[in-house]
Amino acid sequence: MKRKVALMVNGRRREDEVEPRLLLVHYLRDVAGLTGTHVGCDTSQCGACTVHVDGKAIKSCTMFAVQAEGATVTTIEGMADGEKLHPLQQAFWDEHGLQCGFCTPGFIMASAYLLAENPNPTEDEIRKGLEGNLCRCTGYVNIIKSVQSAAATMGGANKSGTTTATYSTLPAGGD
Amino acid sequence: MAISQMIGAKIHRREDPRLITGHGHYVDDFTRPGTVHMAIVRSPHAHAKITSIDTAAAAKAPGVLAVLTARDFKDLIAGFHPVAAAFVAEKQQTPNRFPIAESEACFQGEPVAVVVADTTYQAADAAQLVEVDYEVLPVVMDIEKALAEGSPKVHLDLPDNRGWDLTYIPWEATDPAFADAEVVIKERILQQRLAPTSMETRGVLAEYDTFDRKLTIWMSSQNPHFIRLFVGGALGMGEQQCRVVSPDVGGGFGSKISPYPEDYLVPAASKLLGRPVKWIESRTESLQTTTHGRGQVFDVEIAAQKDGTLKGIRITQYLDMGAYCGLFSAFQACACLLGGGAYLWQGGVSARTVGVLTNKVPTDPYRGAGRPEATHLVERMVDMVAAEIGMDKAEIRRKNFIKEFPHTQNFGLVIDSGNYAGSLDKALQMAGYEDLKREREALRAKGRYLGIGISTWIEICGFGPSAATAPAAGVALVESAQVKVHPTGAVSIYTGTHSHGQGHETTFAQIASDTLGVPYDSIEIRHGDTNEGPAFGYGTYGSRSLAVGGMAIRVAGQKVIEKARKLAAHMFEAAEEDVVFEQGKFFVKGSPDNQKALGEVAFASYGAGLPEGMEHGLEAVTYFDPPNFVWPFGAHVCVVEVDPETGAVDIRKYIAVDDCGNVINPMIVEGQLHGGIAQGIAQALFEEVVYDEESGQLRTGTFLDYAMMSANEMPPLLIGSTVTPSPSNELGVKGIGEAGTIASSVAVINAIVDALSPLGIKHIDMPASPDRLWKQIQEARTK
Repeated sequence: MKRKVALMVNGRRREDEVEPRLLLVHYLRDVAGLTGTHVGCDTSQCGACTVHVDGKAIKSCTMFAVQAEGATVTTIEGMADGEKLHPLQQAFWDEHGLQCGFCTPGFIMASAYLLAENPNPTEDEIRKGLEGNLCRCTGYVNIIKSVQSAAATMGGANKSGTTTATYSTLPAGGD
Repeated sequence: MAISQMIGAKIHRREDPRLITGHGHYVDDFTRPGTVHMAIVRSPHAHAKITSIDTAAAAKAPGVLAVLTARDFKDLIAGFHPVAAAFVAEKQQTPNRFPIAESEACFQGEPVAVVVADTTYQAADAAQLVEVDYEVLPVVMDIEKALAEGSPKVHLDLPDNRGWDLTYIPWEATDPAFADAEVVIKERILQQRLAPTSMETRGVLAEYDTFDRKLTIWMSSQNPHFIRLFVGGALGMGEQQCRVVSPDVGGGFGSKISPYPEDYLVPAASKLLGRPVKWIESRTESLQTTTHGRGQVFDVEIAAQKDGTLKGIRITQYLDMGAYCGLFSAFQACACLLGGGAYLWQGGVSARTVGVLTNKVPTDPYRGAGRPEATHLVERMVDMVAAEIGMDKAEIRRKNFIKEFPHTQNFGLVIDSGNYAGSLDKALQMAGYEDLKREREALRAKGRYLGIGISTWIEICGFGPSAATAPAAGVALVESAQVKVHPTGAVSIYTGTHSHGQGHETTFAQIASDTLGVPYDSIEIRHGDTNEGPAFGYGTYGSRSLAVGGMAIRVAGQKVIEKARKLAAHMFEAAEEDVVFEQGKFFVKGSPDNQKALGEVAFASYGAGLPEGMEHGLEAVTYFDPPNFVWPFGAHVCVVEVDPETGAVDIRKYIAVDDCGNVINPMIVEGQLHGGIAQGIAQALFEEVVYDEESGQLRTGTFLDYAMMSANEMPPLLIGSTVTPSPSNELGVKGIGEAGTIASSVAVINAIVDALSPLGIKHIDMPASPDRLWKQIQEARTK
């Protein structure tokens, strides 16, 4: 028996008939066609499916679509303003915060919530804050730099005592 | 080489805008009209006879189109899973593997039936209704027990559990070295099983067009052309009928090289049903059925003198193959070939590899594939010699390094270039080694356990020269490229490598920009679609993409320039040898003001008035066959403090100095190191696939149990480099994709052993989890 669900997704109102057991992540991907939100595990560990529901970061595999009735949902597709990237998106690009990119939408959504809650996080606070998201490519080094860089752009300044996660001494190759 | 502008520059990746905005295209993002979904019924037992399968209830479930078993697939799929077993030719026993079990399941998760339904939820529901009767059989989990007389068998119809047994160099060869050695140390070194665990699991969408008789497969793969070769062949289709598209790939780490059962079952079901069929692996399925890595036991014996001279080393590798032989399973035997590491062994190296079948998912390459194991064993043994004779661990390395290059090592492989002492000295300097040693002593006096670990690693990569890889792998591992200059001077390049996070679209455009002298933005790099580019591509693995694939692009670009030079000479009415090409412009020697850009020459090449006998167009295809492998190297230093009361390890510092020859894009090189080092640290400290020894059940089947590293466990890194160009290719490049993983596990373990050495601890196996360390510390204290 399907049920009606009405919600705002990335600023647009949607009404759909869905199975009550349909997970929010499957609703977003398969019904709303927003495939930027990914599924990386079955047990809510990896955070690839992180979206914002009423301003809070949630793992959309832990919630039924019908539970989002009346909610405002933002996915990775809703972060940029037209062609203008969100400062976190820009920072992940600038700081090489992604490689294969599969976990990236979840990290950006989780980081956005982290910075909303704490605009000036220390490196340690970033590490702890992103513990619910897994990345296999980057060793998190440049993800942390990305979040630090975005925090600075978005108006926060790093607290004293923080360090950047790496120091580059690599020279260029060439002739 | 022309003056470099792009090579060596930190260029931000052109892949990223789509990936950071949610507009990437991974397999699960594709759908076709009328797509139906497959769920797979898997054996819950590690070893069992399948006595009956009742599909009636499942077939009647809502939305179900078909429930299929081995019998249904037999007419659709010919042959068995491919195996490149020639790496170890002495004894081979590779059980035939059909994509779906018929009468015997040999590991937990082996497919026994499939359900196709309108939705994924319906397919999953119906899969629960398939009733399979099993007769449970004894399981073989431990490789030592598997080799024992009278062991139960992994497959009922095989004579024993020995997959291969090859001695590369016999023990007699090192007898003299061991006979008069002043120090001989033996150790058993474990390499636990690991799950490669790309964040995107595997997935396949297949669409068979009944009337055109054409098949398109979208899948997450490191080498789509090989998949077309294997799957097209098994389905009786020529390359012209079968297209494999691998779009954005969410990581691979070696686990997406081999074809898998689902790669055959999904297209076959599509052919049978006349509908597009999709299957996306769940994480639990992934941990159960995607190939694992490592899973090895080494018995190692080292001979040395009291002055620190290394004489000989003997290595026996026992490799847990799992229930079948993986496509490149035997490649992991290169742990033997690299087991001498960065050192001279005048008394020789002996090595033997034994492949052992067990009732587990097969092992295959995982980031490093044999080379992390080699580094781990030799760097451990060298440390043990140093501890035994009381020598500084940096000093013993310096004393024994290979110093002259090219160097033909004990197995006849030729190391192209190196500067091992250079990277070690730099790493020690960055670490503040002398200060650290003083700090270690000061803390020891206070009962604290600080340790310094060194790993001076080397690697063979850039697979590979056809003369070496064709006999070993059954296929040359060269690489193709096609460079097309369009009439307006825009450039499309197709590469046979296939990025799964490495950023080929960026780095290869950098190479092409310098080679062709055209703006970076006018070049597009394409890959991952067998309907494009040259007839064959070899894919991405073994840190080969740049040294082989990047070189193919460079050579194809040079072919284009040579043709354009002929045409430019005709346009200038000059002799070809008088035409100079510089920074994308042609001019006649002595008249640099009268130039023609490559784009102008390209435009002319599609028009009238070509020289006599010249074909139209400006494009070239190359298959680059490298003259040798490339050999990156480096030195890592890890500093830990161990809490003896809890067994917890705190990584206080991690320094990595790596040398991959010339660097195309330093930002990407660093990124590769970060991820690689993270995987090695995770192996050293906590990551491990665990099976129940009695039942053969996987105990680490979710991310709740399989310990992936999170941001909270990753220590800060200090990255440095040296640059020793490879003489084996014009770009002077090596490889960097696996380096971090190859180097790092033993840097951590050596640091922990060093920290705990005052307790008399000489060796620690991985993962050095707090419980394991705590037990070992307690045992040492009560001795």
